[in-house]
Amino acid sequence: MSARAFIGPYRALLSVRFSLMLQYRTAAVAGFVTQCWWGIIKIMVLAAFFAGNSRQPISLSQAVTYVWLGQAFLALLPWQADADIAVAAETGNVGYERLRPVDTYSLWFVRALAWRTANACLRAVPMFAVAAIFLPLAGLAAWSWRPPASPLSGLTFAISMTLTVLLSSAMTVILDCAVVALKTRRASNLAPLFVNILSGMVVPLALMPHWAQGFLFWQPCAGLVDIPYRIYFGNLVGRTAGEGLAAQGLWTFVFIFLGRTWLRRVMDRIDMQGS
Amino acid sequence: MPQILVDGLTKRFRVAVRDPGLLGAARGLFRRQARDVTALDHMSFGLERGELVGLIGPNGAGKSTLIKILSGILRPTAGKCEVDGLVPWLERIRHVARIGVVFGQRTQLWWDLPIVESFELLREIYRVPDELFTRNLDELVERLKIAPLLDVPLRQLSLGQRMRCEIASALLHSPSVLFLDEPTIGLDAVSKLAVREFVKSLNRERGATVILTTHDMHDIEALAQRVIIIGNGRLLKDAHFEALRMDVLSERRLIVELGEDVPHVELGGAKLSMQEGRQWEFTFDPTRVPAHELIASIAGRYTVEDIRIEDAKIEEVIARFYALHGAVET
Repeated sequence: MSARAFIGPYRALLSVRFSLMLQYRTAAVAGFVTQCWWGIIKIMVLAAFFAGNSRQPISLSQAVTYVWLGQAFLALLPWQADADIAVAAETGNVGYERLRPVDTYSLWFVRALAWRTANACLRAVPMFAVAAIFLPLAGLAAWSWRPPASPLSGLTFAISMTLTVLLSSAMTVILDCAVVALKTRRASNLAPLFVNILSGMVVPLALMPHWAQGFLFWQPCAGLVDIPYRIYFGNLVGRTAGEGLAAQGLWTFVFIFLGRTWLRRVMDRIDMQGS
Repeated sequence: MPQILVDGLTKRFRVAVRDPGLLGAARGLFRRQARDVTALDHMSFGLERGELVGLIGPNGAGKSTLIKILSGILRPTAGKCEVDGLVPWLERIRHVARIGVVFGQRTQLWWDLPIVESFELLREIYRVPDELFTRNLDELVERLKIAPLLDVPLRQLSLGQRMRCEIASALLHSPSVLFLDEPTIGLDAVSKLAVREFVKSLNRERGATVILTTHDMHDIEALAQRVIIIGNGRLLKDAHFEALRMDVLSERRLIVELGEDVPHVELGGAKLSMQEGRQWEFTFDPTRVPAHELIASIAGRYTVEDIRIEDAKIEEVIARFYALHGAVET
């Protein structure tokens, strides 16, 4: 089988899901407005925090950029299982995923990938327009989204974000498995709690206690937010940036392995009574 | 060697049970109880290429479980099963590429996508060559009359329209075996006829093997050459439809509308099966008592408004068959 024929099914699914997501414009607009609002609140909190103690591991302008990046790529966080799979798990339809002559794990991974990236693209572009272009023009340059520290930082950030997308998709499939195993979408309810705090979405990880830094850097959620953003504004460079990428790659690999194993077990044990 | 081979196939589910009420729920937190439910019990049969088989049985008999194992969704507890030499749950990907499945109560199309986009996606997923896809699509669109539906999202279709699209979607990759699980459920008379007609011609012209489950005996009557009756997970009868019909034909019903109220009607050689007002219904075996004798006997004693003779209904025969084998849902 040629490479093109091999990836054909996954590519087709990717493009369909992408175009479907783009249809939900109203939801995107509402989500965008909410995210701008939260971005402003977070920045005001950080400004107050920095005013009290200006000696911090990252500067205020870096923290502000961190917030805007977070708001722009919020949709990349693995907060919940895939909506279609959740419905299928609850209704018992999920077994029919097995009727497709493709690898189920790859199919679900691509599904998560398409969903996360489509959602994120839809929000990142207008967020960039507002925070990086409009705010400086409005005279609020101090509160704006700054360019990357250097071209190399920008490039490393792009690689890191690619790993973020893969990591997030792998984590999403884990949530899919949990939902299928327990037959309810509530199985993934605890995910946002851990993901929000440990990724750095609530408070940048660099601002957390010094003694926790080693753990925070090497736990899986750092690769979703903290690592790529610190690479972006030059807080992680050279060796430390390399370590960041390694952490992301390692966790992606671990979650893909776990997801594959779990999915196989879940599918073997699936039982559907009645039609 | 048969195309589909089922040998001693057994499937048991573990079902969690708990005592009723709040106390029972609380107890369930500490001690989980489960019981085994046997959905299939040493089922065996073989199917030749090109056969069209009707699978019938009461609710909960194991029909859908059997289809799910044959299509590779479920893994059986014990027993052997091969389709085209492949074990469905072990060689799943190769197996499902060659079969088509329609579940009448479910959908495998994408809810928000226009039908044609779902089809395109299936073309990619099944890796159907362009030329074959175009040929199949053209034929299916024409035969199932779905041309006006292609641009409509699934969620806007009626049940009958949806079912025609589902059937088309299961055939885009030219499967050699087709599993239809209650394909006519909930359809109106016209749609039922269209689906039946199509399945029949598909079997005849393409030589596809078809396994069909249904509760509608008219489906069986119109389609199946062979009928497999299952109950409580066991195979109760595997027979040609005509043989089954012969059982039915050995019994007739005599329905008499009397012109007067009578407390009791005795008719030698026939059994009273129903009475409602002035309408009396008897069953009899025409090889033992000729119909004209019964008619003469009753007309000689009472004023008769109307009289007619009917074949026993196949539904009734099947229902009696279930009851006889204790196959009725428990």
